Amino acid sequence: MTDQTSDASIPSPPLADRLKAQAPYWTVPGLAVLGLVLIADASTWGTLTLAGLAMGMLIFIMASGLTLVFGLMDVLNFGHGAFISIGAFVGATVLLALTGWTGADSLALNLGAVLLAIVAAMLATGGLGWFFERVIIKPVYGAHLKQILVTMGGLIVAEELIHLFWGPNQIPLPRPEMLKGSWVAGGVIVEKYRVLAVVLGAAIFIGLRWSLVHTRLGLLIRAGVENGEMVEALGYRVRRLFVLVFVAGSALAGLGGVMWGLYDEIITAQMGLNILVLVFIVVIIGGLGSVEGCFIGALLVGLMANYTGFLAPKVALGSNILLMVVILMWRPRGLLPAGKG
Amino acid sequence: MAELLRLEGVHTHIGQYHILQGVDLVVPEGELTMLLGRNGAGKTTTLRTIMGMWRASAGELGLAGTDLRPLATPDIARLGVGYVPENMGVFAALTVRENMLLAARDGAMDESRLEWIFSLFPALKKFWGLPAGNLSGGQKQMLSIARAMIEPRRLILIDEPSKGLAPAIVDALIEAMRELKRTATTILMVEQNFRMAQALGDGVAVMDDGRVVHAGRMAELAADPALQARLLGLSLGAHQ
Repeated sequence: MTDQTSDASIPSPPLADRLKAQAPYWTVPGLAVLGLVLIADASTWGTLTLAGLAMGMLIFIMASGLTLVFGLMDVLNFGHGAFISIGAFVGATVLLALTGWTGADSLALNLGAVLLAIVAAMLATGGLGWFFERVIIKPVYGAHLKQILVTMGGLIVAEELIHLFWGPNQIPLPRPEMLKGSWVAGGVIVEKYRVLAVVLGAAIFIGLRWSLVHTRLGLLIRAGVENGEMVEALGYRVRRLFVLVFVAGSALAGLGGVMWGLYDEIITAQMGLNILVLVFIVVIIGGLGSVEGCFIGALLVGLMANYTGFLAPKVALGSNILLMVVILMWRPRGLLPAGKG
Repeated sequence: MAELLRLEGVHTHIGQYHILQGVDLVVPEGELTMLLGRNGAGKTTTLRTIMGMWRASAGELGLAGTDLRPLATPDIARLGVGYVPENMGVFAALTVRENMLLAARDGAMDESRLEWIFSLFPALKKFWGLPAGNLSGGQKQMLSIARAMIEPRRLILIDEPSKGLAPAIVDALIEAMRELKRTATTILMVEQNFRMAQALGDGVAVMDDGRVVHAGRMAELAADPALQARLLGLSLGAHQ
């Protein structure tokens, strides 16, 4: 090849462009600092920040699957909320059956019960996700309006099924003994359960990101989000990949449902729909198809809800919409949109 | 020369538009066949129909005796068909290495083949670990062609590789394609740049209005200015 092409080097972009590219990663620390300035009390700020991070991590768990499902196949799945609710109810059934474990003063038994509940919820919602994809989503590929209608319908049916199986009432879901209460460190109240939520959410984020970057399956998913047609032209069946991602995303929604149920200590059939609003905000803020963007978006939503809840409770109700408006005015395609142009 | 790909009376509809209106085309094994014609003649649609990205609504479409019409795109690719689309289809968020890794379907790249590709496209070696989105247009085109070359293919479909590239880079591409031709790979290439077509083509087919209106040897077309003018019109001069 001629010198002209081999020597054509990639110039390092100007500083302003590099800063612009890095900016989304600084939004979370930025919001935290802004919160500290406005709250002006370190221990209150610490308590709220931890609560915000915990809430953000839980939303991330539920939103991560949805963003990949959209990115990979352009499917708008409002039925995602159903998996959150059903996961919570299946998990609650397991936890309420294991009162011997949840009531014991043993962290190992408590965590064991939560783990069992999570596994049961993930199996149930993963299997249901597979069924949902085959029966409800498959016939409406490529038709957004139909997807919205049909998956909304699926969500309503799922809510009614919950009423049928578990009754019409909300179910109180107490946290296991050792996960109740909180530690106080230097005036900062650290709720034990929130620590679990942060650890679990961070572990899932790291695991997801690792498998997307370092495994062949992850490589295929990232390529598929960017240009599914080309992935098919290279000989891979994107549809099968999508079913897999859909099932995994549904299972994560189920996991999120259990964790959110324990977070609120009460579960209802409508909880999925209520959380779905937050989940969609997070997916849109993050940039459709981006797991990293989704993570940042979830933390922003969690922090924003807690800070405004303290500073201006009346504003708190609309704070996430406000956040979305500000971010979309700044970056109309979200913080870190995946390749699709 | 044995024929590898045969299209007989292929029709393709995209929505309400009737794009291919009975394409007859034979691609002989081990040759580079040029598909020429003005914009909108149906060249890209022909390649996409062969790849199964648009469905042929009528006609026969066979690769060495295998009927391609019922097959989905991934299955056609698995028969050993490489595709270099007009927009290059490079995964911008993936590194050059990851782009190549995906193209090697069994998961491992053949070292000697990779060295061969590096010798043709040194830029790919240089930017191996960088996101492909950072590459220049010419480098993306090289990556896209390299993806089709990383494994031995029975047939490579290439859609207008010279589009939007500087003349020096087109020269480099011509050199690389000559090298690829030495491996006796069968290639069907869409081109608007007559210089490139003339330099590389063994056979040629010219399309107009969704049909092949001329098929023959490239050398004959290159030697006959009157035929060129009749088939390709004024667009020819503009591209030289």
